[in-house]
Amino acid sequence: MTALLRLDAVAKIYPGQRGLFHKAPDVRAVDGVSLVVEAGRTLGIVGESGCGKSTLGRLALGLERPSEGLVEFDGAPMPPPGSDAWRRLRARMQLVFQDPLGALDRRLTIARQIEEPLVIHGIGDAAARRARVAQLLIDVGLGENLAARHPHALSGGQRQRAVLARALATDPALLVCDEPVSALDVSIQAQVVNMLIDLQKARGIAMMFISHDLKVVRQVSDTVAVMYLGRIVEQGEADQVLAAPQHPYTRALVSAVPTPGRTARERIVLVGDPPNPAARPSGCAFHPRCPVAIAACAVETPTLRAMPDGRSVACHLAQPNMDLAA
Amino acid sequence: MPAFGVQSSVMENLISIRGLTVAFDGVPALRGIDLDVQPGEAVGLVGESGCGKSVTWLAALGLLPGHAAVGGSVRLGGQELLGAPAQTLDKVRGGRVAMIFQDPASALNPVIRVGRQVEEALRLHRGLTGAAARAEARRLFEQVGIPDPAGRLNSFAHEMSGGQNQRVMIAMALAGRPDLLIADEPTTALDATIQAQILDLLRRVQQDHGMALVLISHDLGVVADLCSKVGVMYAGRMIEHGSAEQIFQSPSHPYTRGLLAALPEMIGPRRRLEAIQGAVPNPADMLPGCAFAPRCTQAGSDCDAGTPDLRRVAGGHRAACLRIAA
Repeated sequence: MTALLRLDAVAKIYPGQRGLFHKAPDVRAVDGVSLVVEAGRTLGIVGESGCGKSTLGRLALGLERPSEGLVEFDGAPMPPPGSDAWRRLRARMQLVFQDPLGALDRRLTIARQIEEPLVIHGIGDAAARRARVAQLLIDVGLGENLAARHPHALSGGQRQRAVLARALATDPALLVCDEPVSALDVSIQAQVVNMLIDLQKARGIAMMFISHDLKVVRQVSDTVAVMYLGRIVEQGEADQVLAAPQHPYTRALVSAVPTPGRTARERIVLVGDPPNPAARPSGCAFHPRCPVAIAACAVETPTLRAMPDGRSVACHLAQPNMDLAA
Repeated sequence: MPAFGVQSSVMENLISIRGLTVAFDGVPALRGIDLDVQPGEAVGLVGESGCGKSVTWLAALGLLPGHAAVGGSVRLGGQELLGAPAQTLDKVRGGRVAMIFQDPASALNPVIRVGRQVEEALRLHRGLTGAAARAEARRLFEQVGIPDPAGRLNSFAHEMSGGQNQRVMIAMALAGRPDLLIADEPTTALDATIQAQILDLLRRVQQDHGMALVLISHDLGVVADLCSKVGVMYAGRMIEHGSAEQIFQSPSHPYTRGLLAALPEMIGPRRRLEAIQGAVPNPADMLPGCAFAPRCTQAGSDCDAGTPDLRRVAGGHRAACLRIAA
């Protein structure tokens, strides 16, 4: 497998606001993240609000320059945002957001919007572009009669399909999806998830799938990375990590997924709120909420360590072959 | 026709809804809902956007705008609420029946300290003022698990997290010592670990106060977590209801079965999601017959003839589908 996208010890630091007498602390939105998205495979990124998962998506697309570390796309360093090289590269990597109505231009027809990236990147003549748009509409399951409509005349599911058709127009190698189905109703969500999986398989697209919904992430992802306060705390094959989580935070997240038919008593309820990225706790950032924290956790920051089954876990208590539940 | 919950007529209904209809500018949103809630029980209402699950309760409590035409009957302990004078409704709302919503930050007044807002509820519904109200507000904050309750009384909504704001809303709801709490998507805007905390809190206050709870949610997992009785709504009608076990273990209506099959799972082998094809019908141009028929895999020409009534499946389990052997 070849790495299409590689992040190496990437950090994004937003400087704190300077007041008259003091300066607010810097916010390390993403802190020392290394990961790989392989061609044709899906990496799921999970975590709660403020964990840095959306910033990570922006870093992956080169929309943000990392403060530290290196982002590589297809073996070459990511060019600076706005540069010609970066613009050319954007045809090969696309972004899909949660809110399709915000991502679409209300004044343009669906067909025009799907055609736009082709125009921008100078792909094909007018006839070829029209044919391509027609094919894309079919691929995402939108009827031809919708091509001339405006976004407000479409349902939420149809809009997200249109956004996807536009993202696929330039035949990208990488798709970054940030909460793409979170705003959709269950029955529509299933349609879009199925379509996303089908299109990805058919076209061999690599995908970074960012979501707070663990059930959807498990459905689409080959590998997952769990983030807490800017860092990856657990990373590995989706079936391993989500079926038998090792990090106490992943365990709490997985147990918090409300599932019909499962009783609430098996749930681990964490105390406290997700921490403020501007006031990061010492040591392991999770230790104030961790049900199994030991003294060392407040002092020493755990690093990601490889486990025998291939996953990595950043927890002092994670031992090979040790069950944290014990 | 027996209504939701009527079968155990041993206990008097706390609230009893019969034939509730709502139309906005002539477009029907609710097409006749029968529903009973008994003292102390937890009832879940599920369905997708626009199915009428929220409108049912907004209509019942007289919270809909003037252009909504409401019909039917809503009786709270023998007192008719529909068309009741404003003073009566003012006593009921926040008193015997409290309601919390999805977005606590916008339900709270941004320029009044949260403690004052709880004290206002105490003054209106329990006649407490001054130090007595202050002490009671503090006790309520403690009860809903707000850390540093005395200090937090002086906070503004924007100074608190989404989870803490929802706790304030729950404290305010409890201020009137309600017999019934209606929670409309109370955890939808919250992170997974905070959702787990709020669900635990709701369960605890419901049991401690012997209060009835109506939980409105699009998330079947959340409803399964808290409720012993479940109603499934589609296009302004109740299409299936029964015990949580009946609905989640042996769903009868093709829509309920479809909803459950459309959910990705956290355990077991990954399977392709079974999406329900099509979309919810537009309420303005609904055809006669079963509203789900156009999306239903089991539909036949007989389904277009008329709206199916709720039929008995087993015990208190009922579903509105012709395919259920009468």
